[in-house]
Amino acid sequence: MAEMLAKGESPEILFWVGCSGSFDDRAKKITKAIVRILNHVNIKFAILGMEEGCSGDPAKRAGNEFLFQMQAMQNIQVMNGYAVKKIVTGCPHCFNTLKNEYPALGGNYEVVHHTQLVQQLIDEGKLKVEGGVFTGKKIVFHDPCYLGRANNVYEAPREIIRKLDVELLEMKRSKAKGLCCGAGGAQMFKESEKAYVESPQGNKEVNNERAQEALDLQPDIIAVACPFCNTMMTDGVKHFNKEEKTKVLDVAELIANANDL
Amino acid sequence: MISSIIFCILFSGAGTFFYINARKIRRNIFIGRDFPITDNKGERLKTMLLVAFGQSKMVTRPLSGIMHILVYVGFVLINIEVLEMFVDGILHQHRAFSFLGSFYSFLIAFFEILATGVFIGVVVFWLRRNVGKVKRFWNAELKGWPRMDANAILITEMVLMTALMLMNGADQNLQLRGNEQYHQAGSFPVSGLIAPYMSGLSDGNLIFLERFCWWLHIVGIFAFLNYLPYSKHLHILLAFPNTYFSNLKSKGQLNTLDSVTDVVAPNFDPAYQPKTDPNNPPRFGVKDVQDLSWKNLMDAYTCTECGRCTSSCPQNITGKKLSPRKIMMDTRDRMEEVGRNMDKNKGVFVDDGKSLVGDYISAEEVWACNTCNACVQECPVNIDPLAIIIDIRRYLVMEQSQAPAELNGMFSNIENNSAPWQFSPADRGNWVGES
Repeated sequence: MAEMLAKGESPEILFWVGCSGSFDDRAKKITKAIVRILNHVNIKFAILGMEEGCSGDPAKRAGNEFLFQMQAMQNIQVMNGYAVKKIVTGCPHCFNTLKNEYPALGGNYEVVHHTQLVQQLIDEGKLKVEGGVFTGKKIVFHDPCYLGRANNVYEAPREIIRKLDVELLEMKRSKAKGLCCGAGGAQMFKESEKAYVESPQGNKEVNNERAQEALDLQPDIIAVACPFCNTMMTDGVKHFNKEEKTKVLDVAELIANANDL
Repeated sequence: MISSIIFCILFSGAGTFFYINARKIRRNIFIGRDFPITDNKGERLKTMLLVAFGQSKMVTRPLSGIMHILVYVGFVLINIEVLEMFVDGILHQHRAFSFLGSFYSFLIAFFEILATGVFIGVVVFWLRRNVGKVKRFWNAELKGWPRMDANAILITEMVLMTALMLMNGADQNLQLRGNEQYHQAGSFPVSGLIAPYMSGLSDGNLIFLERFCWWLHIVGIFAFLNYLPYSKHLHILLAFPNTYFSNLKSKGQLNTLDSVTDVVAPNFDPAYQPKTDPNNPPRFGVKDVQDLSWKNLMDAYTCTECGRCTSSCPQNITGKKLSPRKIMMDTRDRMEEVGRNMDKNKGVFVDDGKSLVGDYISAEEVWACNTCNACVQECPVNIDPLAIIIDIRRYLVMEQSQAPAELNGMFSNIENNSAPWQFSPADRGNWVGES
């Protein structure tokens, strides 16, 4: 962002990478897939780099409103300084927080999740999508809570996946009834509580319960749209030793890889 | 004459008793803190019509949804017949609305069909609960009174509907015999099927049966009305205001604590004007029911313990102690305890050394939550258990410093290096150059 400004340019959109997308090796691949898409359609975008800080989502959900507001106000100060108008995020948690919880603290931006941006690019004809290596594959989509129930975005990721000439499968618990991967609400950062009885499927961990539901459909790919879901579902697939048969990929990776962007 | 007097005494007694308890419920709801909801009246009305009146969220589970609609529609419409029973009771008449002629016959026939629907619905509910043992009706928090409460309601409704049918059956026989007190009125498609089995009874026995069932039905309704304030069944009234006052924002949006903003914002904006009264700072988060909003407390009274929330909670499904339904039940139990305390102490709460957090809801429960909003989504009357869970976490973190150790680690990472993990902020852009 700073470099762009120094050159006297202003970006169309700010890409909010998020902590996972910046530091987690698996999530960095999703970040790069999003960048490949943005570059392919020649969108002039910027990142905040070192000036980006945690959105505050895990602090807020864990009850630390002080820390959340400190983070939010720092980020808002930076973004308002750059006169940011539009933001695309690589993570539904950042998306939800920036979109819904920053306005009350003085941060008013148009915020979209990367699946919404990709869908918009396809609709506008700027991005052509073909199945490529994924043609004919069985793909099941796992709804991230903070994209789906929290913000009612159910169709954007599905419409993108359908464009790939694949067989889109649905779990019984999908869309508004989707089951969490187990990471949300700051659970990503702690061990889960004690289980007194196992689930009817014999699982004590939420991610295994969910991974099993997806694996029951025998998909080639479990598509996700959240770096946390990605971690949880990948671990779940490994728990059942199905990582050879079933891959866990972000919707952005599906698009970028299918079209060799 | 004497029966009219007895009826009027019962009626006014039941009405007065209910009024007293309704006021107490209102008082208890307003134990909660002020929380103005005055916006979007049109959208609120629409939500109420759709969700409460139209039962839109019930049908997401088709069997229980359709059965519930049968019972609900029957309950609402049969009240028109109860209105007639009131007039009959006060004026000591037989079928006061029968001057409506053929329309009256239609109404009575329609009510009989509705009553049959109610009967079928409650029998299916009873079977699902007690024979089918649907899991959500057998969770730990339903042990004892809540399970008895549910069955008491179902059995009462079966008795009320049976009384209505027997009353109509006896009435028909008396009408056919030309009894002078029972003039020809109504059409009886369902009770007509049982009426022939009563034809062997004498006039006196038939009159006794008809009167007995009439009184049973009407006294049953008075009793039912006055049972509501003590029961989970209060939802039949509170579902309407509760959906009207629903949260209309995105489910993902948690409220902003102004009391925290007042502390944080001056660091960024020296001209910031505080939003809360600095001389009377509120507690951060929720320790007891007084810290909850009145809407949270109305939620608790509205909960009918159906357990759709708990049966969709990822943590509960995988065997953890957290149950969103228990959060609501505990909130109501504690609110009522505080209310009784106030009754004993001239309307003022005297500290009893207990609180919602600790004595009712444990830290283990609130720390298990995924904040996934499945419970909020599932609730057929738009109750929000998540709001209470988050506010309890806020209390535990900001007032008690009792977050789990791993979360404290996450907090200090965010504080020190602006990421929940231990990475240097200087490395945030490193991915750019990596292949």
